[in-house]
Amino acid sequence: MSSTIREVGLGASKVTPLPARAAANTPVPPDHAIARNPGMRLDLGFMESVRSVNRSALERRVASLTKRRSIKADNQAAWLLRAVACMDLTTLNSNDTEERVRRLCAKAINPFRRDIVEGLGIAGETIRPAAVCVYHPFVATAVEALRGTGIHVAAVSTAFPHGLAPLSTRLQEIEASVRDGADEIDVVIPRGLVFGAKWQELYNEIVSMRAACGEAHLKVILGTGDLATLRNVMLASMVAMMAGADFIKTSTGKESVNATLPVGLAMLRAIRAYFEETGYLIGFKPAGGISTAKASLDWLVLMKEELGRPWLEPELFRFGASSLLTDIERQLEHHLTGHYSANHRHAMA
Amino acid sequence: MNILERYHAMEYGPAPEARNEADAWLAARDFGKALFIGGDWKATSSGKTFETSDPSSGKLLAKVSDAGAADIDAAVSAAAKALPKWSASSGYQRAKVLYAIGRAMQRHQRLFAVLESIDNGKPIRESRDIDVPLAIRHFIHHAGWAQALDRDFPDHKGVGVVGQIIPWNFPLLMLAWKIAPALAAGCTVVLKPAEFTPLTAILFAEICERAGVPKGVVNIVQGGPEAGAAIVNHPGIQKIAFTGSSEVGKIIRKATAGTGKKLSLELGGKSAFIVFEDADLDSAVEGLVDGIWFNQGQVCCAGSRLLVQEGIADAFIAKVKVRMSRLRVGSPLDKNTDIGPLVDLSQLDRVKGLVAEGAKQGAICWQPDAALPSSGYYHLPTLATGVSPANILAQEEVFGPVLAMMTFRNTEEAIELANNTRYGLAASVWSENVNLALHVAPQLKAGVVWVNGTNMFDAACGFGGYRESGFGREGGREGMFEYLAAKLPLGPAIKPAATSAQPVERSESDAIDRTAKLFIGGKQVRPDGNYSLDIATAKGRLAGEVGLGNRKDIRDAVAAARACKGWPEATAYNRSQVLYYLAENLSGRTDEFAARLSELTGAAAKVAREEVEQSIERLFLYAGLADKFEGRVHQPPTRAVTLALHEPVGVVGIVAPDNAPLLGLISLVAPALAMGNTVVAVPSEKFPLLATDLYQVIEYSDVPAGAINIVTGRSAELAGVLAKHDDVDGLWIFADAETCAKAEADSVGNLKRVWTGNGRSLDWASADAAGDALLRRAVEVKNVWVPYGD
Repeated sequence: MSSTIREVGLGASKVTPLPARAAANTPVPPDHAIARNPGMRLDLGFMESVRSVNRSALERRVASLTKRRSIKADNQAAWLLRAVACMDLTTLNSNDTEERVRRLCAKAINPFRRDIVEGLGIAGETIRPAAVCVYHPFVATAVEALRGTGIHVAAVSTAFPHGLAPLSTRLQEIEASVRDGADEIDVVIPRGLVFGAKWQELYNEIVSMRAACGEAHLKVILGTGDLATLRNVMLASMVAMMAGADFIKTSTGKESVNATLPVGLAMLRAIRAYFEETGYLIGFKPAGGISTAKASLDWLVLMKEELGRPWLEPELFRFGASSLLTDIERQLEHHLTGHYSANHRHAMA
Repeated sequence: MNILERYHAMEYGPAPEARNEADAWLAARDFGKALFIGGDWKATSSGKTFETSDPSSGKLLAKVSDAGAADIDAAVSAAAKALPKWSASSGYQRAKVLYAIGRAMQRHQRLFAVLESIDNGKPIRESRDIDVPLAIRHFIHHAGWAQALDRDFPDHKGVGVVGQIIPWNFPLLMLAWKIAPALAAGCTVVLKPAEFTPLTAILFAEICERAGVPKGVVNIVQGGPEAGAAIVNHPGIQKIAFTGSSEVGKIIRKATAGTGKKLSLELGGKSAFIVFEDADLDSAVEGLVDGIWFNQGQVCCAGSRLLVQEGIADAFIAKVKVRMSRLRVGSPLDKNTDIGPLVDLSQLDRVKGLVAEGAKQGAICWQPDAALPSSGYYHLPTLATGVSPANILAQEEVFGPVLAMMTFRNTEEAIELANNTRYGLAASVWSENVNLALHVAPQLKAGVVWVNGTNMFDAACGFGGYRESGFGREGGREGMFEYLAAKLPLGPAIKPAATSAQPVERSESDAIDRTAKLFIGGKQVRPDGNYSLDIATAKGRLAGEVGLGNRKDIRDAVAAARACKGWPEATAYNRSQVLYYLAENLSGRTDEFAARLSELTGAAAKVAREEVEQSIERLFLYAGLADKFEGRVHQPPTRAVTLALHEPVGVVGIVAPDNAPLLGLISLVAPALAMGNTVVAVPSEKFPLLATDLYQVIEYSDVPAGAINIVTGRSAELAGVLAKHDDVDGLWIFADAETCAKAEADSVGNLKRVWTGNGRSLDWASADAAGDALLRRAVEVKNVWVPYGD
């Protein structure tokens, strides 16, 4: 009377099995590559079928979820390392300089103190952030600093964080970053298109952004803090994926409300619906305000519970974060020594 | 596994909750002296003990005092001794005690949670995050009721010594639901926890000691069926509150019949979980997790019947299966466990048996491919599809993690399927369309309806069932009434009707012969048996003959009352106007009714006229209150409103008294009608002609056919037929003690709500025989939870 569902689940036949891969900088063997989302036509009927998003129920789900799962001891250390491997180490400040970006890259290349690496017994594998995320002027600097490491360079683009420049300007910005060597482009959508339900216009814009990206991966930032409802978040997520997004991303970090778990849950359910419809796996990137090791575990749990193990790889999951790395280092040190650590004991970015 | 391997595996691994404090607590107690009576710890007089074990391992936890009748007697004595002082203490005084209990529990909440999980098997996540915080909330919430008693419940007082019997599925929470309102109302209690789960109640008793609860106010006795029976049958107890199976609930109803004990029963359920096509399906799936896989499905209000709209059924079931495969079955003390063991091997065997039987009857039972722990009473979450309404899994309460799924075509069918059960505890409605959800909720026969949610509880919101899920409410304002007695103007005992008819003197008359008939379904009908009763005047002359109604007439009257939709569905304003019109038309015939009263009862003309006028006034009163005795909106501490709706009980049988034959009848019928009930009235056996005169007034007062039905005849016999009729929802009887007791005992068939004077008459002319006290009996409180936010 029993039947089987594998963890890969979700209609396993459509899924390309993922390898248990190590870090972002280990190239994915071709036979294990995740097929890139080609996008699909704008299907308003499909959108209609997913527009039921009950905020109260989603809030209850995330509230209980973070209490239903607890990760202790060595598993906690392993999961925190996973958070680092899925990290876009980010600096997006108006006072950024090339030197600041070089420092950040150096930290990405060498995230942990040697005693921590040895203590955890992880020297055999390179565990470090998947990408460094910067403004366009620093793309070349980052590419240069990270050359040969396999760490991706992500550029925020399209008049980040508001997205309100002329489309041509925004597309040129993407092209310029790609030219400078960025292989991941984080674009923002003009939030007004969502409020106006101008889905076709939004779809068209994202399609042209994807075209401008070429081989570079497209992460579409919805600015969820501005979108007011989870229904809008769901619908905007669907349009972005239909238009060819490789990742959908919550926030710029500049909105008054950053990545929250209910918003994340709505987006994950959008990803699941898109997967069930098309068979393509779309990545997810929460960004903004995720600064504690505990919070990163909550997000990892959310991914595992809602989408499963495949979405715990940097190909499908990224944290946009800056100070998170230091908090994780402190926790890892505590794991090894039993002592609570201090920020200044870990190298700053 | 080293850290790198774990990094690749990304498994949760174990996250055990420490149990050393709980083990230390267990080791330090003498469970042979586990009876908390009069503030002291006592062994049983027999020295008997029973064993409680850990359901995740089967290992013995403690051998606990097993109380017998003598121990219950001692506990009741202690409670009775403490009662005068406690009930006389100020609300403020009692509030301080309740507050102290709540805070003391808060200071030891983790110990409560761990003990509960060890003893019951429920996941620590649930005991820690749900059971214990809610129990604490109950005490702190009810501290407020203690102090607000005079303000909110004038003319009420605590019922006295209360006997409380609770189940094993939420040991501490059910204790809180029972004890908190009782103490707030000024009652003293004797509480018996379930044999499977005695531990947290013992810790609670220790908390009582520390929190300064006066000795004897809370008595906690451990034991089994013998102790339970001793509580139920104890003459020193004024109220029984029971949570448990419908089977035992019925036994208790029967045992307490005629004793005058107040009774509240919170029994089983087979609650519907309705998913409409416009629901947030992913959230509805999570709702199911909280509905049927909460506490291993050992929840009386578990959403065990899944009703899904046909168009989305396949997609929904696919989602449910994926979700089920992510449920983690394991040790209750692992923080990552979603489903722990069932409480006992006997329960596991029972659930397995029901699943096997369901499969035999055609259900397809699906379980995720998960390994079970090697020891303990575990059962995998189970989904039964292809379930017909007749399948045992759709009919019987399984009390395990087993979900039975059916589909429906449209809203009407969803409601029909949902209500196709003897139970009526709870229901969930999932739809993003608030119009649809609030259209469906009032039509569900259930005491609690959750819109886009499930298993939401709060101390401020009433909980309790319709139908055979029991009666009474726990929590909130409606729950307080269960521990309070309203002031009622009781009169002398009613004598049984004379068995042999008194000879009447027949005299010549020139008047045209009149035939008084029964009034059923809006028509005057002859009695099925075609026999008549002589009705005498006060002077012993023949006043007329009335039909001798029998069981078939009651059957027809109940059918007519059930078929009448126009009255319960009418607006309250509409009902109000009809009752006003009835009063108006009766007032036009005041002289005639007064004369009839005088003729029959021998009352002086002035007195008779006064009774008619008072009857008219009373009709006016209830006409006016029809649209004013409203429900409430509760505000639980979450983003939701809970609408405590007043709904009609349904078909109400009324056996009217002989004293004040017109006023008594109207005093009972009018509040029932005002709240939208339909009525089968058995008028005074001695003076039924007032009622048969009345149907003419009813006929031209725009009362819909079937709203009021009148069956004349022998009161005791007809009361018995009403009591045994399983489509009668409520029964109010003012007759002799034996008739009342028998009706209470006979009401177990469908657990109808019975109200009697226990053989006493009521002074119907008193203002206390009118108003809210009666209206409250004319309604069921349905709590509709509506979480919101966008």
